[in-house]
Order: sequence, then structure tokens, then C-alpha cells
Amino acid sequence: MLGSIYALVALGYTMVYGILGLINFAHGEVVMIGAMIAISVIVAIGTGSGLPAPAVMIAGIAVAIPACMLLGALLERIAYRPLRDAPRLTALISAIGMSIVLQNVAMIVWGRQYISFPPLLPNEPHAVLGATVTGTQVLIVALTVVLMGALLLLVHRTRLGRAMRATSQSPALAGLMGVNVDRIIMFTFMIGSALAAVAGVMIAGYYGQAHYHMGFMLGLKAFTAAVLGGIGNISGAMLGGLALGVIESLGAGYIGALTGGFLGSHYQDVFAFAVLIVVLVFRPSGLLGERVAERA
Amino acid sequence: MPRLPIPAGMSDAAGRSPLAQGALLALATAALLLAPFLVDALLGRAWVRVLDLVMLYTMLALGLNIVVGFAGLLDLGYIAFFAVGAYLYALCASPHFGLHLPFWLLLPAAALVAGLFGMLLGAPTLKLRGDYLAIVTLGFGEIIRIFLNNMNAPFNLTNGPQGITMIRPIEVAGVSMAKAHAIGPLSIPSLYNYYYLFLVLTLLVVFVSARLQHSRVGRAWVAIREDESAARASGVNTRNLKLLAFAMGASFGGIAGSLYASFQGFVSPESFGLMESIMVLCMVVLGGMGHIRGVVLGAALLVTLPEALRYIGPLQRWLFGQVHIEPSDLRLLLFGVALVVVMRWRPAGLWPSAIRHREFAAARATADNAVTGHRTGGSADAGSAP
Repeated sequence: MLGSIYALVALGYTMVYGILGLINFAHGEVVMIGAMIAISVIVAIGTGSGLPAPAVMIAGIAVAIPACMLLGALLERIAYRPLRDAPRLTALISAIGMSIVLQNVAMIVWGRQYISFPPLLPNEPHAVLGATVTGTQVLIVALTVVLMGALLLLVHRTRLGRAMRATSQSPALAGLMGVNVDRIIMFTFMIGSALAAVAGVMIAGYYGQAHYHMGFMLGLKAFTAAVLGGIGNISGAMLGGLALGVIESLGAGYIGALTGGFLGSHYQDVFAFAVLIVVLVFRPSGLLGERVAERA
Repeated sequence: MPRLPIPAGMSDAAGRSPLAQGALLALATAALLLAPFLVDALLGRAWVRVLDLVMLYTMLALGLNIVVGFAGLLDLGYIAFFAVGAYLYALCASPHFGLHLPFWLLLPAAALVAGLFGMLLGAPTLKLRGDYLAIVTLGFGEIIRIFLNNMNAPFNLTNGPQGITMIRPIEVAGVSMAKAHAIGPLSIPSLYNYYYLFLVLTLLVVFVSARLQHSRVGRAWVAIREDESAARASGVNTRNLKLLAFAMGASFGGIAGSLYASFQGFVSPESFGLMESIMVLCMVVLGGMGHIRGVVLGAALLVTLPEALRYIGPLQRWLFGQVHIEPSDLRLLLFGVALVVVMRWRPAGLWPSAIRHREFAAARATADNAVTGHRTGGSADAGSAP
């Protein structure tokens, strides 16, 4: 559940990383902006018209996705393209700078308070096979599965996907083969941002609120998930996201029992990070990561 | 802003005569000694405090510079060692446990304990490289913070999110740093005391850093940074040296942490979040990674910039007649813009070392000649790839 959201965000990280070798620190902020825009649209429409709830919801997402794609393209253009030949830490600092900028722009535009998500989604619990699920949860999981399937198709079955894979292997050679590298990189950012927008709407809908600071921790967790799965690997990001979500929920539930009541559920993040460290110590390139030759 | 200290024992790259060097050194010494008086007179007492913080963060940034700049190990959880030093001092010199151990005992202890934590982090991460290392260090930093935040039950060790208050100020040879002292006609307020204490320790850290850089160990670190496999093949004991880099960097952080605790008189887990780690990393990269003077400049700038940006409010009023956007909202925004802009125009940092500067010029030239004008971040800039 939480895992599928992590997975969606992790995809954005892993795709950019696969091509540029860059941690896009501002990605969590794109998620946040997506959520904010969707909420603004939904609130604006929802108050006046008598449209049915799903239509309003879809309108919100439909505005948030292109807005985030534009934002992703802008980020790439302003903060990353000029630095493509610079060392990676330079680009990292630039990404951090953009992240701070976006956060504060959002704070100025939407204010410091929590913004509540209008109750559009079905939230009455259903009992399925002894577990309790809500309509929102089903919706989120279903949408994630669909999006991931679409992404895998895109990457493995289309010309654009082939160009993306070629660019990630060697930008210079891909360029020689007639791939417009700049455009492919921009597309990658845009696809990642579109997924981020959906994830943003989902998480805002799930928790019923959004906040200008929400992107930071989410981005961190999603990045962790991407690394857990093997960064640069698309299926790895999905697996890592789901695994992290499950680990966290289980950790929060059982950590007290495991340690004899010594550690409580507020240690759930410790649990997640500890699992991450253990996994990386035994599989230094993540769960699905290939054993890349060490860089010279 | 204080003049940059010219560390003793560093060769003069500009090729100045000994006389000019001596004059420069005397000038720098005078500037550093008079800095708090000048700043106080020109800008006000609040800026003396900023000056103290500059010193503190310089120590911290130089510590991280050993790990990131010299050895090329990207550490995103560095603030954890700062936290360890701060909490060690806080626990041993406050009413929380009723302990009041002296400063001269706690300072080395903080360095030692933080160094041990550095080894603790270093040991499991020896095999990891690049971003995998970054994410593990990040996780480590968060783990430390979460423990500090929650260790008030079942046994109250850290007092949880409230933090520890009433930490005793530093006393050196019976002279308390928290009180004003009179030397002849001169009255030296508390903030000045801290300034001079921090100045001495910062110069010590600068000196140690400079000596380390040019030592056998420092050269081995650079070899690891440039190419770990080649370094190992050439007989460099990469395991021990990487552990040493973590331990040294961490102990500098621990020292800065214990000073911070006594300076603030208060510590809480809030001060040791990921954002702080990133801030220190920004100081190192923005200034010029691996270059001591650059890092000092980076620390000085990044501490003073947010303070200087407080004047946006009055500036707006002066320009437009009223305050359009709350200055506190705009402060961080402009800070972020500054980071992006500096990296955009000076990708090697504001004050890179001469060698790195040349490397960059060369890399630029090759990049322009390449067919696509594009190069992956991997192989060609091995000097910076963590």
C-alpha cells in the first residue's frame, strides 16, 4: 500500500539515475507540488459544480500530471543540463538547491499549514479474506500496477524506450547512432515527474492532507527503496518500494515484540534503515542490481 | 567575516617572498584577533555570535572534508558524529545526570567516542561504493537521530525530543567562558571568549588537516579517491585507510559537537537532522572539495548567508515601501537559488585547488571536442566520483 507509493516515486529516482548517474534530490518536491496542484484544482472545481466525485478527481490528476512534467523538464533544463559534464557532487548540490527552492516556493504559494484533501475517495472499510481494506487502498494498488505495466512496456517495447536504454548505457554512442540525447533525458525527467504527480495525489488522498514539507521524507524513503532494489534498475525500484513499504509496516507492528518491548513503534524508521544496511552489506549492489564492473 | 587563516607550514603557492609572506601572516593574525571587536562595532553583537558559529562550522566542514574531499567517500550522515560529540558533552556536564566533568577531559573524550562511531559506520560499509555508501551513511545518520529522539524510555538517557538543557559552559583553567572578563581597560564579553577558544581550535584543525593532506596518509587517501582498485594494487591498505578517514573525520565532528553543546547550553535531536548533514556537505562542495581554504570559505559563506538574508525585509521596505513577502519565507528560497547558481557557474566550487582547477579546464575542453558534447559522470571525472 504505502509500498506502491514508494515504488512509484522510486521509479523517478531510478530512471534519472540510470541515465545520468545523478540523484535527483528535488524529485520528492515534484511529488509534493503534484499533490498541491491536484488539491487546488479539486477544491476549485468541487465547490462550484455538481460533477461526480471521480470526474473531479480525474480533473485534478489531469492538471497535476502535465504541470509536473513541465516542472521536471524545467528542473532538467535549469539545474542539471548545464552541469552534465561537471562532477556528480556538483550536480547533487544543485539538486539540493532546487529542492530547497521548490519547497519554499510551495510554502509561499500554499502556506505553512496542512492542506486537507477533500473527501472524494471511498473510505468505508471492506473485509476481504480477513483483512480490512478501503476503496482508496484498492484504487492505489490497482493504479500502481497499471502504471508500472505501462512503464515496462514503454521502456522495453517502444522506440522511445529503446532510445532511453541506449542512452543509459552510453550517451555518447547513443548520440552517434542518431538518438537525440538531450531530448531523451528530458523525456526521462518528464515521465518520472508524471509518475511523481500520480504518487503525490495518491499519498495526499491516502493521508487526507498535504504539506509543503511532505516531499522530503517521502523522497528519502523512495530513494532508499530505489537503492534497496538496485539503483538504475526499473523492476528493482518496484521491488524495493514494495519491500520497503512492507518492512516498515511489519517493523512498526512487530518491533516491540521482537525486542521484548524495549523498542516501540517509533523505531519503525530505524528498522527500515537497518534492513537497508544489512541488505547492502550482503548485496552491495542492491537486490536486483547487476554486479557492475568497478568504475576505473 | 574573518580573514581566512593562512595555516603555518603550507607552502606559498603564489611564490611570494618570505617578507611578503610574513607581512601577510601578521596581517591575517591581526585581522583574526581583532575580528570580534570590528564585527561588534560595525554590525552589532548578534554578528559576533555568527562569527563563533562560522568557526564551529569550519571545524565541522573540515572534518567532512577529510572523508569526502580527501578520501572521496560520500557521507550523508556526517551530522551524527556532531550529535555524538554534543550529546556526550551534554550528558557529562549538565544536571541531567548531575555530572560535571571538566572540559579538558570531555573534549578528547568526544573526539575519541565520535571516532569510534566513525569506525562503527566505516566497518560495514567498506565494500560499498558511490551512492550505495551515501545511502547507508544517510541511514546511519537517521538511526542516530531517531535513537536520540526516543531514548527517554524505558531508561531516560537522552531526555527525548525535549533535549538536554542547562549544559555547563566551558571553563578553561578556572575561567568561565560564559562570563565577561576584564583585561585591563578591556572588557571581554562571553561571545568573544568563545570566539578566541574556537579560533584556537579551528586553527589547530586547519593545521592538522593541512599536515594530513601532505602526509603519506593524505596521499594514500587521494589515491583511493582517484581510483580505489589501482590504489589497492599499488599496495595501499585501503581498508585501514578508509576506516582511518571515517574515524578522523568523525573525531573532528565530535570535537565541534562538544563545543556546540557548551556554546548553546542546550541540545535536542532536532539540530541533527539530515538537512544539517546536507548543509555541511554543501559547505565542502561549494567551497571547493579537498581544498582547505576553499572549505573554510564555504563554511564562512554558508553560515553568514542565511543571516545576511535576514535583511531582505528592510530591503523590501526600502525598495517598495512595504514588505511583500515575509523575509523568513524568502530566506531559504534565496539560499537554494544561491546554491544552484554557484554550482552552475563554478562547478568546481568557489575556490578549488589549483590542480582541480586545471583538471576542470581540461575536462571542459575534451567535453567540447567530443562528438555529442556529452560525457557520463562515471569515468572521466574519477577525481570527484565518490
